[in-house]
Amino acid sequence: MANLRDGLEKKTLTTLVSSKAIGRIDKWIDKYPLEQKKSAVMAALRIAQEENQGYLTTELMNAVAQYLGMPNIAVYEVATFYSMYEHKPIGKYQICVCNSISCMLNESEELFHYLQERLGVKPGEVTQDGRFSIKEVECLGACTGAPMVMIGKEYYENLTHEKMDKILESLN
Amino acid sequence: MSDSTTITIEIDGKSIQVKPGTMLMDIADDNDIFIPRFCYHKKLSVAANCRMCLVEVEKAPKPLPACATPVADGMKVFTKSPLAIAAQKATMEFLLINHPLDCPICDQGGECELQDVAMGYGGDVSQYDEGKRVVNDKDIGPLIETEMTRCIHCTRCVRFGIEIAGLQELGATGRGENMRIGTYIESALESEMSGNVIDLCPVGALTAKPSRYTARAWELTHHDSIAPHDCVGSNIHVHTFRGLANRVVPKNNESINECWLSDRDRFSYQGLLSNHRLRDPMIKVDGEWQETDWNTALEKVRDTIADTKENSGSDQMGFLVSPSATLEEMLLLKKLANGLDVSNIDHRLRQVDFSHQNQQPKFMSLGLPIEALDTIDAMLLVGSNPGKEQPIIAHRLRKAAKNGAEISLINHRDYSLSMPLHCQLTESYTGLVSLLAEVAQSLPGFNATSLPQEAKALFDKAEPGEDSRRIADSLNNKKISAVVIGNQAINSPCYSLIEVFARALAEQTDSTFGYLTEGANSTGACFAGIAPNRKLGGEIEDRSANTTTMLSEPRNLYILHNVEPEYDFADPVVAVETMIKSDCVVCLTPFISDDMKIYADILLPIAPFVETSGSYINIQGKIQSFKGNTPVENTQARPAWKIMRVLGNLLHIDGFEQLSSADVLQEFESELSAIKADNQANITEVCVLDSVDSKLLRSSQVNMYRVDNITRRATALQKTPAGQEDAVHINSNTAAKYNLNNASRVRVKQNSTAVGMPLKIDNSVADNSVWIAAATNVTKKLGPMFGVIELEVD
Amino acid sequence: MANEVCFKNMHLDRPWTLETYQSSGGYSVLKKILREKTPAAEIIDELKTSVLRGRGGAGFPTGLKWSFMRRDEPGQKYIVCNSDEGEPGTCKDRDVLRYNPHALVEGMAIAGYTIGASIGYNYIRGEFWEPYERMEAAIEEAKAAGLLGKDILGSGFDFDLYNHLGAGAYICGEETALLESLEGKKGQPRFKPPFPAGFGLYGKPTTINNTESLASVPEILSQGGKWFVDIGKPSAGGSKLFSVSGHVNKPGNYEIPLGTPFRELLELAGGVRNGRKLKACIVGGSSVPVLPGELIMDVDMDYDALMEAGTLLGSGGVIIMDDTTCMVKVLENLSHFYMSESCGQCTPCREGTGWLARIIHRVEKGQGEMADLDRLEDIAEKVGGNFYKRQGGRTICALGDAASMPVLSFLKHFRKEFEYHIEHKRCMVRS
Ligand SMILES: Cc1cc2nc3c(=O)[nH]c(=O)nc-3n(C[C@H](O)[C@H](O)[C@H](O)COP(=O)(O)O)c2cc1C
Ligand code: SF4
Ligand code: FES
Repeated sequence: MANLRDGLEKKTLTTLVSSKAIGRIDKWIDKYPLEQKKSAVMAALRIAQEENQGYLTTELMNAVAQYLGMPNIAVYEVATFYSMYEHKPIGKYQICVCNSISCMLNESEELFHYLQERLGVKPGEVTQDGRFSIKEVECLGACTGAPMVMIGKEYYENLTHEKMDKILESLN
Repeated sequence: MSDSTTITIEIDGKSIQVKPGTMLMDIADDNDIFIPRFCYHKKLSVAANCRMCLVEVEKAPKPLPACATPVADGMKVFTKSPLAIAAQKATMEFLLINHPLDCPICDQGGECELQDVAMGYGGDVSQYDEGKRVVNDKDIGPLIETEMTRCIHCTRCVRFGIEIAGLQELGATGRGENMRIGTYIESALESEMSGNVIDLCPVGALTAKPSRYTARAWELTHHDSIAPHDCVGSNIHVHTFRGLANRVVPKNNESINECWLSDRDRFSYQGLLSNHRLRDPMIKVDGEWQETDWNTALEKVRDTIADTKENSGSDQMGFLVSPSATLEEMLLLKKLANGLDVSNIDHRLRQVDFSHQNQQPKFMSLGLPIEALDTIDAMLLVGSNPGKEQPIIAHRLRKAAKNGAEISLINHRDYSLSMPLHCQLTESYTGLVSLLAEVAQSLPGFNATSLPQEAKALFDKAEPGEDSRRIADSLNNKKISAVVIGNQAINSPCYSLIEVFARALAEQTDSTFGYLTEGANSTGACFAGIAPNRKLGGEIEDRSANTTTMLSEPRNLYILHNVEPEYDFADPVVAVETMIKSDCVVCLTPFISDDMKIYADILLPIAPFVETSGSYINIQGKIQSFKGNTPVENTQARPAWKIMRVLGNLLHIDGFEQLSSADVLQEFESELSAIKADNQANITEVCVLDSVDSKLLRSSQVNMYRVDNITRRATALQKTPAGQEDAVHINSNTAAKYNLNNASRVRVKQNSTAVGMPLKIDNSVADNSVWIAAATNVTKKLGPMFGVIELEVD
Repeated sequence: MANEVCFKNMHLDRPWTLETYQSSGGYSVLKKILREKTPAAEIIDELKTSVLRGRGGAGFPTGLKWSFMRRDEPGQKYIVCNSDEGEPGTCKDRDVLRYNPHALVEGMAIAGYTIGASIGYNYIRGEFWEPYERMEAAIEEAKAAGLLGKDILGSGFDFDLYNHLGAGAYICGEETALLESLEGKKGQPRFKPPFPAGFGLYGKPTTINNTESLASVPEILSQGGKWFVDIGKPSAGGSKLFSVSGHVNKPGNYEIPLGTPFRELLELAGGVRNGRKLKACIVGGSSVPVLPGELIMDVDMDYDALMEAGTLLGSGGVIIMDDTTCMVKVLENLSHFYMSESCGQCTPCREGTGWLARIIHRVEKGQGEMADLDRLEDIAEKVGGNFYKRQGGRTICALGDAASMPVLSFLKHFRKEFEYHIEHKRCMVRS
């Protein structure tokens, strides 16, 4: 039986991401005891993802595994457990709409629908220009600013549809 | 109060003395109190995730999992109180909501732990009305079929990979109810122990692919047996269906295989079902093969033997015997040989260096019990890849390594063994001896005076590096240490030199010395005298004949017992040529092949493992007997010991009156019970190293799924990545040196042979070495396992 | 009496800088301890006097927790801060990280000193990028000022502090899941025993505290345990951060003394929005039992009083619901949360949270049947025990309990609304 594992040309992380990214990953590795490199796996995956338009591939995960001396499957486990890792292409701006209780009480559902209509995409889809995708997420820990969304690394709080429009426009 | 005193607890009203800190589950098990469980397994770490073993503990605010609750003095436990039963039933209910309720069409039906427990703890009607989870399956290779919709997420299979196999291939990806057990990407499992997850999986999520849907559990008949493919002698149950082997599972034996089994031992039975089975005795008449009856065939054999003896002399006969033949077969063969005055008899089919054979010990053994490997502190393995050769040995060493043992390897290639290694040194097969000399050099106060001249010269030349020093220190400083030489050392042209150094290192570091040998019964072969220089009982007599001389100087008549020359010899090409040149080749064999039709003249169908009875002596010197189980369907095959008995009688040789295989053994009972596997020997005769300077050298290991005629026909094993291994491996230095960096195929030349093969750049191989597996369909056309080799772009 | 501890510097300009922090006495406690080589036992005693209880949700006394560490035994030990804040309704730690990061740095250094840990990790949830950057900056500042690192201020005490970023998983707030995650694995809670104080991060003795708990430590030690306990109630000292969200006029984080009446907190937050009636409130983050408006109004915000009233103080996430709220819809939302956030390792939680969520979803859509309500209670109990009967859950960690409390409490107090949904196939409030 052919192994997909063999089919994938084994590329090292250094050939897949920039040297700057490697530098950042190494800094994370330094935070942990020598024999506990794998503590840096979450950071390494995040950085690798950032360098690949926001999503992970099997090749990237394998390279991270090799870089940190972990079994591939252990990296897949991590990469599929946490919700911030993506496994399919996303928009340049991924809008994460909090759907949990405080936001829901403040009409996050309507905001979510509004965004879908306005951008013409459903969750998991990317706008044709590649700029936006939307995602429903659980509580982002900004309940007093409900409703709120996270785009990239930024939080946008106390949103109304008008405010949302302005934000979308500003993201050019 | 000291920690070591026992405390008293009460389970279901019964007062029990226990060691503090023990888990409730273990105590319940020891006292025959049944607590249902799924995730718990005595050989795996405690996960406490299934929640099936919840019990009531007095004063605890909630039911506690017995598998993860340590006992405390005065604890009162109720395993069957209303609270405990309610908790267990609740877990059962949760497990069943997403589990298909179609036991009749599940392969596990009838032997499913979930089904069993559901009988006792499941509700009659499910209150679950929502949709059930359906999981898509991925192909994880030819051995294991997955039906992950049935998985109950106990994670036994995942923990097995991490903790026992040392190779994490299965994992739990995703989270919550989307958590999935699997490989995540399509990928065949590579662990040589992977099949154990089939036994571990409590449900029908992981089942044996080859036997899936072939029979229901209750239709199978169980027989105890001993696995025939390595020197461990794992204990097994063979399950037969309508007389045919249907599957093999481990039989628990804590001192040998525990509850585990290698994939080779588990799936090799498929070879028995091969359509290459020889159904009737056959003789070649004027170049044409004819089926015949036993009388005709055996009389023909008798006549040929008598003829050869009379006209050409006993020396014109050669007996070549599989090291996996049973002890009874070997004993009778030796008697036959003795009766015919034939000293040409050997089981050391892949050995080429016989320089020190007359100084070797009476029995070759590991030098310690297999179980003792668990607690060893340091070991040096030379010319050995137990992961592929004796997987249970590798498992034992893995356990030791986990507890901090320092395992070092000196090999022709880097083998991972899926465990933390102390040191690994690699060299070509001649360089390997120098590495040993370096380790000896690094040993403070090493006494080289007793070394034979050839070894002493190497010792004097040695310039030890840091790693040799670490190995020497490790053997020297650790309390329980051992030096073991393995299959590849034994098959090496430098065998005697390797052994001399290994023994000297062992002696001078107070380590035990031992061997890991080929086949299931090499130790038995020593005892039976299946070597020209051994008497019945193992005693050495000073003789120089051996397999190599038997092949290089063709004889008129060869008796091959369970041997296929095209695969089973160091140099398959020479072996086959010799057979073709001889007047008559008699094969006692369960199988017929195209090659055999060319070189053989008489074929006698014998009953292979499972179908015959007999005994093996494993590498720790333990004799294990097994019964013949299945009557062979529509073949004339007979147990080989019976055939030999008839031959003995036909030839009027004394001592062939046995009525059963047990009778054969009985004769040697006292000698057998006196077997001392202590490996005592003093070696002074060693080989002379050929000058192979600046030449490319081939080194080799027999492909793990092609070690004998049965495994070679086990179809599923052949389809695994390991079974498909057929490439030339060289490292990137060697590739650069020979301008092979961009080649994907090479033409391989050895002696007068040449074949084209794919090339793999593989930095696990030593410099200037070419690593090619032996006994494959391609390499049977190539020269010796070890030797000078040339590569050119194909 | 507000903003005296964690939010002490809230009114100052750029309160997150070292300069501001020090201008109001920051790091003086750490310096004093290091200078005087204060015995660890003394620090622990002071904390015990303060009756500081863990602010992460479980309310375990912090002084007692620190005393479990065998400070003088050789070997690496760790102090870990739980800044994973993910409990719906709670967003107080985010403001501690953003506005008072140095209090956390100082608190962790003091904790490290007290329990004998030379390394600290602050586990920040992955989405908190801005708070993470504030913390990184604070650590850099402290390092540059010689307040972190080797041989701090010549005392011989080494303490290195690192931030670790999560990647989106509520369960990592559970302390042992957090440790697994820090070790580079999935965040799956560990079975206890062994407890982290014996076998924690990388198998080494470890203390885990919430951000607010640790950030409170410097001020407590500076003003004295007695001072702190006097702010609150004898059973639990000090002031506490409450995140008030939902249907209020001025949602926000408020630091108030424990024991403040709920009514006052609601007033601080500007009262129920649009002058509507308070229908219900969840006072301690989504995992604690809901209380109808009329039952909470006169209760004091402290551990004992809330317990007596039939709920828990939890993490202090106060979620206000007015009379336009459909309780079925809210429960559907909460149950969806626990289903999505279950780690999946143990059976009752993995299978039960989804089952609960699906039934509630059905009921909300008007496709339920009356038997569903008893079934919900039955399943909730089988997953997470029963808060009202003081029965613990059946799972490895308390997420199971957390998932069951909303179900049982919503059905206890608002069963009629559920019945209405089933009977009329539509909502009672929102129709
Ligand atoms: C499901 C679950 C989620 C939790 N989330 C958090 C959290 O986000 N932040 C936190 O500090 N504690 C959280 N906890 C509580 C922690 O397990 C732990 O009790 C706390 O961090 C200890 O710190 P403390 O004693 O200072 O409160 C959570 C517990 C559970 C069971
Ligand atoms: S596949 Fe089998 S052994 Fe593995 S987790 Fe699922 S039920 Fe357990
Ligand atoms: S057997 Fe104890 S929890 Fe699974």
